[in-house]
Amino acid sequence: MTTDKLNTNPAPRPNWTSRIDLPVATAFGCIILLLLIGSLYSPNFLSPEYLLQQLKVGAFLGVIATGMMLVILLGQIDLSVPWAVTLGAMMASAATAYGPMGEVLAIPFGVLCGVLMGLVNGIGVAYLRIPSMIVTLAVNAVAQGLMVAYTGGFAPVDSASPAMRYLAAGTILGIPNAVIVWAITGILAVFLLGRTTFGRAIYGIGNKEAAAYLSGVPTQRVVMIAFALCGGLAAFGGVLLVGYAGKAAQSMGDAYLLPAIAAVVLGGTSILGGRGNYLGTIAGVILITLLQSILSVMQIAEFGRQIIYGGVIIVMLLLYGREKSGR
Amino acid sequence: MNGLRYRFAEQRGMLLALAIFVLMFALYVANHPAGFTPNVVQTAANKGVLLALVAVAQTFVVLTAGIDLSVGMIFILANCLASYLLVGTPIGVALGVGGVLLTGLACGALNGLLVIYGRLQPIVITIATGAVFFGIALWIRPYPGSAAGFSSDLADALTGKVFGIIPASLLFLVVLVLVVWVPFRRSVIGRAVYAVGSSEPAAYMSGVPVMRAKFTAYMLSGLFAAMGGLFMTFFTYSGEASLANGNTYTLSSIAAVVLGGVSLFGGRGSAIGAIFGALAFRAIGDLLFVFDFDPLWQPLFQGVVLLLAVSLGAARLFQVRNRLDLFS
Repeated sequence: MTTDKLNTNPAPRPNWTSRIDLPVATAFGCIILLLLIGSLYSPNFLSPEYLLQQLKVGAFLGVIATGMMLVILLGQIDLSVPWAVTLGAMMASAATAYGPMGEVLAIPFGVLCGVLMGLVNGIGVAYLRIPSMIVTLAVNAVAQGLMVAYTGGFAPVDSASPAMRYLAAGTILGIPNAVIVWAITGILAVFLLGRTTFGRAIYGIGNKEAAAYLSGVPTQRVVMIAFALCGGLAAFGGVLLVGYAGKAAQSMGDAYLLPAIAAVVLGGTSILGGRGNYLGTIAGVILITLLQSILSVMQIAEFGRQIIYGGVIIVMLLLYGREKSGR
Repeated sequence: MNGLRYRFAEQRGMLLALAIFVLMFALYVANHPAGFTPNVVQTAANKGVLLALVAVAQTFVVLTAGIDLSVGMIFILANCLASYLLVGTPIGVALGVGGVLLTGLACGALNGLLVIYGRLQPIVITIATGAVFFGIALWIRPYPGSAAGFSSDLADALTGKVFGIIPASLLFLVVLVLVVWVPFRRSVIGRAVYAVGSSEPAAYMSGVPVMRAKFTAYMLSGLFAAMGGLFMTFFTYSGEASLANGNTYTLSSIAAVVLGGVSLFGGRGSAIGAIFGALAFRAIGDLLFVFDFDPLWQPLFQGVVLLLAVSLGAARLFQVRNRLDLFS
């Protein structure tokens, strides 16, 4: 009936300029700008080896930011990422110590621990209706407490299994495996967000949860699963990191919370939820990684790096992260 | 709802935090080897006031339905700056205190301007400004320490005891509440902050000075965070640009604010509640020391208590009559 009427009058096909997302385009523009600035400093910046190396370093952040993006699309935030990363790293390397069976199960076990942690977050946010910022903060504190009690406050003695090392540090045909893992994660995320009801529900909830609920979306379950996925991906990032570094360490995840949020937001995803695409998050991750790399290659002191890092994020947000004027 | 019940409902969060604090502190002193002596109270007060100041800083912004993730970094910056400026004669120290407080105000003003005129989400922008503030702190104080002529007279006065019994820091906090918070709460701008936090469009439509209210809230937040940093310097006689400390204070301030009954959705709660929330949070953390537990269990214990405390917020589910109310 009404659908027929709509079909007889198809919307004009949008031309290609209107299909380009302004924030994503700006983010990619900034990446090129950064590379140009870097290449003025040293020609190595445009070499394939350097770029692959950057992608490899960025892959860890990329996997973690993927989970963060799911949660931010819901209009929530996950502040438990630091200890989800550390939990995944420590539990996976701990499992490695339990013989050959442990080595096989190390990666799934680490990720599972992260999923469980995310599940607690999700239950708190979706069913208990506690603001995500607080639940995830508290769960982060609990996970930290568990890990400190477990390790005795020292870096654990267990090291990564060969499989973890292979995933994080090996190469196939010259391409670092970490990059391939990130690519697979990304493809799955794009499929999940764009082609499944679950993905569409995430966007729906991010726009207006009440409307999504009235449209028959099991909103509470979707929110819970999204948080579980975020926890699992953060833990997986930790597993990769431990494969890269060899051993887990206390507070190894602290360096990933703010960059993950920044990468997602710089990629054009609205912190209020409901808007954003994965291409933007890729751009954001590369941007953050390049920025950190260039600042360290230029041998700028730590304080200068912090100031420039914060300043660049502020400027970029002012360029395209602004909300529409409300009045 | 009659007047008394309404007032009780408004203060429920604060009263709960007060009850938790009294209970935890009673447990703490009852099991402390030294007992309920002025020295024990003084130490506890000094540690509590430190967090309380940062929690009050967070309160101002949270009341406008925002969040300030840079309070910990302003705190660190003020701490580092104070370790240089509190030198020489009393006049020099006074100028130094003024300089530190002005820096805090400036940091808050920057946050406010970016949120108001930049139209950026506070949760994201304060992460970025926090990185900048921390960078500056690291710049002026790459290694922990203090300036050569550091004057500890004021520090000793404000962390000591008045009449040998009352902790001076607690007295200072009470004076701050009476001089800053109470007039603020009763002023037009204070009411505007609450109105903006409850509903910004409604506040705007009613002619409330929305921008001025938000700007004031961020400025006061910077000021109180700087005061916290100043107290840290009084306490340790030195400055340290520690990223971990900054993050801990930011996160603890949110925990304290929530424990103290300030709604993260804005418009509800008070600085007094946040102060009791901070004191309760500190008392819980100290509890394990007196019970001779392995200190290793302290983070877990604190985390579980925090998780239980925030789960109390789920009690509101019992009041929901319509499922759709869940999503508001």
